[in-house]
Amino acid sequence: MNVVTLKHIGKTYHLDAVDVPALIDIDLEIRPNCFTVISGPSGSGKTTLLNLIGCIDQPDSGEVIVAGEAVQTLSDDALSDFRARHIGFIFQNFNLLPVLTVRENVEYPLLLARVPAAERKARVAALIEAVGLSDKAGNFPGELSGGQRQRVAIARALAPSPNLVLADEPTANLDSHTGAAIIALMREMQREHHVTFVFSSHDPKVLAEADDAVMIRDGRIENIERREQRGEEAT
Amino acid sequence: MRTVSLALRNLLRNRRRSITTLLAMVIGAVTILVFGGYSRNITLSLQTSYVMRGGHLQIQRQDYFLYGSGNPAAYGISDYQKVIDVVARDPVLAPMLTAVTPTISLGGIAGNFAAGVSRTVIGAGVVVADRNRMRGWNDYGLPMNIPPSALTGSAADAVVIGNGVARVLELCEPLGVPNCKKHAQAEAEAGVAAPADITALAALESRPAATAGEARIEILAANVHGAPNVASLRVVKAERQGFKELDDMYVGMHLAQAQRLLYGGEKPQATAVVLQLAHTRQIPAAKARLAELLASTLKGQPLEVQDFEALNPFYGQAVGMFAAIFGFMAVLIGAIVLFTVGNTMSMAVIERTAEIGTLRAMGLRRSGIRRLFMVEAMLLGVIGAVAGVAAALCVAWLVNHAGLTWVPPGQADPVPLTVRVWGETAMMIGSAALLAVVAVISAWWPARRAARMRIVDALRHV
Ligand SMILES: Nc1ncnc2c1ncn2[C@@H]1O[C@H](COP(=O)(O)OP(=O)(O)OP(=O)(O)O)[C@@H](O)[C@H]1O
Ligand SMILES: [Mg+2]
Repeated sequence: MNVVTLKHIGKTYHLDAVDVPALIDIDLEIRPNCFTVISGPSGSGKTTLLNLIGCIDQPDSGEVIVAGEAVQTLSDDALSDFRARHIGFIFQNFNLLPVLTVRENVEYPLLLARVPAAERKARVAALIEAVGLSDKAGNFPGELSGGQRQRVAIARALAPSPNLVLADEPTANLDSHTGAAIIALMREMQREHHVTFVFSSHDPKVLAEADDAVMIRDGRIENIERREQRGEEAT
Repeated sequence: MRTVSLALRNLLRNRRRSITTLLAMVIGAVTILVFGGYSRNITLSLQTSYVMRGGHLQIQRQDYFLYGSGNPAAYGISDYQKVIDVVARDPVLAPMLTAVTPTISLGGIAGNFAAGVSRTVIGAGVVVADRNRMRGWNDYGLPMNIPPSALTGSAADAVVIGNGVARVLELCEPLGVPNCKKHAQAEAEAGVAAPADITALAALESRPAATAGEARIEILAANVHGAPNVASLRVVKAERQGFKELDDMYVGMHLAQAQRLLYGGEKPQATAVVLQLAHTRQIPAAKARLAELLASTLKGQPLEVQDFEALNPFYGQAVGMFAAIFGFMAVLIGAIVLFTVGNTMSMAVIERTAEIGTLRAMGLRRSGIRRLFMVEAMLLGVIGAVAGVAAALCVAWLVNHAGLTWVPPGQADPVPLTVRVWGETAMMIGSAALLAVVAVISAWWPARRAARMRIVDALRHV
């Protein structure tokens, strides 16, 4: 079963007098346990699409199904709980809570998901270890480099064991070397935790790592490449 | 608890703004509490001086309060000793009482016929020992030091008069009254002198030969039959009375002397039986018991009970005025705190917009966002209130130890200026609660706005 199914999605922004159609009749299926990259030129609708998949925005038309749930039918509170359980976010600007330490930042979504204290502690320690920040666990985000912060964000996104992790241009604020390391880490975590990763990127290095690649342009899907085909290309 | 620690850290994040906000609250709390403590001190001083003078309750003959001052002789309590005995032995009242004493209030004319001057006066006949006990009443521990009455140990014909009386009767010199220069000429020219008939009456009263330097006055009062009666009295002291009106009219004498003036050789009466209680809050209980006694044991006499607030309307007016000013200030400061904390929280919400978006994306409900900011404001409110009360206590301590003095209304002598904050628990808790509640209320709108943000818009905010 697909983790995400989008049917006939349309989304238009209304700016003063003009309407900006951001997404037009999108049909998309995202396979579980895959590394899916959405790519396209600036303004093509990548962020808009990810927001809909992440259940933090509503389409004007069409249907969004995430983890088998028709999310548009949920109330705001139910949708919040749904996100807490099923969806992890990684942001371009890292968006860590500055007043919480690395450990507390990773722990926060577990508090939202009401995970018991002992399990929380174990999971947080394991994740911080996995992203290689054990020695920084007590530090505040302001004391970390960009790459380190994005590692914390990855650990945080994975903490509640979501079905789906979304990342909107996670490497855009990092230098290419650090960006590559982050991509490698995400790839590794994705395999280890059997999670579905969806992200948007212009970065060819990211595209190279992807199982599936979705190309969009002017709010329409231009092309979808699945791993099988890509695998053939690679060999 | 998580929310509280998060809120606390967020407050520390913008330390200067939090401190400025707290400072506004502290200044507000200090203003309210110091003024409250000051006005509380005034009203308590006033209450204390009324209670020292006239007790908490007075048993009077019915209608004396309304009509009696015109004719005290006709509105006397004929068997006042029985009233006193019943009250003093009553098992309910006795434990509350610090004094129960008869008193006479009379109107008359006092004259210094040697100098040919006179004026109307209000005479008070008192049992000096009881009055001295009453002067010791200080239930609020005020820094007062009232000396015993000048009538203490004096002869039966001794009187104490107000400074104003002494001035008018030209007795300043023998009594050592300050601030009283001679102007006899002017008055003599204006023809102010005792009427001839009164001078004649005074001559009837057997008058002891005045020794040199002694101050004597004659008091003329209407007796129970409406006939004039005169007594020649020796002034032992002129005392400044707190109120100018009283200072110009007061003549205090022994009860027996006052009774002789009003009742002559007949059975002496009293115009009131004064009850002083250990605590002012006992008034309702004492009144209730007195009502029972008046309806049973004391049924034979037409009596009624007045409390000190009814007897001294000025007290209620002063309390009311201070309460009004206090309320006015509290509302004003509440409004200032409302806008200060509201502004701080609005700024916090705007600054943390991206954070709000992040938390919501991670699955925090709207109510969680609202709670976060409300708790933050509540913390601000509680810290501000506690710091404010502490600061008010410090300021009050400083004022109380600065050695300032003043003359409270209704008192004759300067007393240390006191701001009564410590011990006024209800006022401290009330003001602190007001500040904390106002702080929480002020966060309501910003918190609501934060909770209602669209997640995608909040996340786009940088
Ligand atoms: N809040 C908004 N209000 C109005 N128009 C918007 C809004 N968000 C996006 N758009 C418009 O919708 C279109 C798609 O925007 P979107 O942000 O999804 O593109 P993107 O592919 O993420 O671009 P980028 O690579 O620059 O991040 C653009 O034309 C953009 O101008
Ligand atoms: Mg984008």
